[in-house]
Amino acid sequence: MRRPFEILLAVCAGLILAFLTLPILALFLRIPPEDLLSQLTSDVAVDALLVSLKTSLIAHAVVLFLGTPTAYLVATRRFRGRSLVLTLIELPLVLPPAVAGIALFAAFGRAGLLGDTLDAAGIHIPFTQAAVVLAIIFVSSPFYLRLGIAAFEAVDASLIDASRTLGAGPRRTFFRVALPLAAGGLSAASALAFARGLGEFGATIMFAGSLQGVTQTLPLAIYSQLDVDFDVALALGAFLVVVSVAVLLTVKLLPSWTRFTLLSLAPSGRSDSS
Amino acid sequence: MDSLHVAFTRALRAFRLELELEVDGVVALAGPSGAGKSTVLRTIAGLSKPDSGRVALGETSWFDSERKIDLRPEERSVGLVFQDYALFPHMSVADNVAYGGGKRSGDLLARFGIELLAPLKPGELSGGERQRVALARALARDPGVLLLDEPLAALDAHTRAHVRAELRSLLKGLDLPTLVVTHSFEDAAALTERIGVLVNGRLVQMGTAADLVAAPTTPFVADFTGANLLTGRARPTGDGLTEIALVDGTLIVSTDRLTGQVGAVVHPWEVGIARAQPVDSMQNHVRGAIESLVPVANRVRIRVGPLTAEITAESAARLGLEPGDEVVASFKASGTRLIPLG
Repeated sequence: MRRPFEILLAVCAGLILAFLTLPILALFLRIPPEDLLSQLTSDVAVDALLVSLKTSLIAHAVVLFLGTPTAYLVATRRFRGRSLVLTLIELPLVLPPAVAGIALFAAFGRAGLLGDTLDAAGIHIPFTQAAVVLAIIFVSSPFYLRLGIAAFEAVDASLIDASRTLGAGPRRTFFRVALPLAAGGLSAASALAFARGLGEFGATIMFAGSLQGVTQTLPLAIYSQLDVDFDVALALGAFLVVVSVAVLLTVKLLPSWTRFTLLSLAPSGRSDSS
Repeated sequence: MDSLHVAFTRALRAFRLELELEVDGVVALAGPSGAGKSTVLRTIAGLSKPDSGRVALGETSWFDSERKIDLRPEERSVGLVFQDYALFPHMSVADNVAYGGGKRSGDLLARFGIELLAPLKPGELSGGERQRVALARALARDPGVLLLDEPLAALDAHTRAHVRAELRSLLKGLDLPTLVVTHSFEDAAALTERIGVLVNGRLVQMGTAADLVAAPTTPFVADFTGANLLTGRARPTGDGLTEIALVDGTLIVSTDRLTGQVGAVVHPWEVGIARAQPVDSMQNHVRGAIESLVPVANRVRIRVGPLTAEITAESAARLGLEPGDEVVASFKASGTRLIPLG
């Protein structure tokens, strides 16, 4: 006879798992797969795909380019105000998206903090693709930074010290030791940040609007098609599910995968000094 | 060969580290964990900044608080071998050794007998192999000073004896000011010519291993030094024992079985002192004049030739021992442990 407690555990788990998987399954089961695919070639869907791809890639490049050195700095230096910096990085993670949208307006909008300065320079941001990019950076960079800091902190400090005593300056130490050893963690951080950016909705719709072919990203297109063409909305939703699953698998496979590359496949760094 | 001059103070959590040390030849800094030994190495290497003082190799100042000199680690001509070796896990052995500057790395791989390991990653090496790679990597830069942090601590007991012998002959052949930090007096005695004992940030005594065993200035040094280390050549005798010819020609026996260059470890409290050779179970006898008599608490440490005995103050008084007296120091073959010295 099973103990009642075991049954209780199983029932709880079964209920919540059913609740989590049912909507995802429904997305795929409502219409046949070939219809899903054909809906993806509709004008709205193609425009949204292109806008999302362009803005996400630009935003992600900025996040990686600025975020990686920042994560290294915060992870390896002890300075006054470090915990304040960490808190500022983590704040957008818990901020409601609508707040992010209104905050971006308050900063970069015509009547915003930098409004006059930007106006004088002839730059107008709200309701442009630039606004989409800013919104994505604002919500996705904290993911990359927080996980990137953890990735750099996981690199054994004595390896950094060893590099320095072997005559390598901070720059060479970063590129030859810290970056390759943190690569696994940084890739996971990058994948999660990209997924978060791709799904950005709240801040984008407030700050950039939902103009097809300009600022209408995939999530915004789903919303706009909801009462226009439900099948297109379904198809876009299914597509985002597939992308999300791919991201999750990448992240889950990364740790063992990077250990493998670090041990046997990583390009062996030849000495570049004499 | 320039010598390394180290004199600095640094406030640590529990005490103040105050050190003045001249490193020429191979010197050990020994002491209990938490005495500040690793901080000394990190300070010399530039990884840790002292409050004040001076670190210089010959005429070149690396750190000088008065002249506001503080060279970065990469600007100091130092080879540091880390306690866990700190090999780069993502690079091959060859790339690790070549990291600090490649010209000598090929020679070093050959000299350390690790050419065959060149394509392997550190994760695939044994402890002893890792140590050789770490040493080769530190030496590839052709440093003016070699620093070793607990070089034998990461090894298991079996590998340790073997690697110690290897390391000893290697350090002797380098002709480089070398500072070895260790918590083991035995390792310090086996690897180096001079030993400084560091306790709570102070250098309490400095001398040869024999000096420290014979005349410890504090009870701590007496406890810490523990044992005599006599060097000689061992060969098996017919009856299953080992006979060791000490450097001064004295023959002793041990129940341990080893051949070749060895160190015989004898604890001072296992050495008896008599005016004439006693007739008892002791098989080893060293004859000589008493060189020194040093009281340690209620005991006395007596140096006779290469050996130090520790007997009670009462026995010493009863025998009426004075420096210069001819005595016999005796100890058992079963109390004589042998360690290989290569």
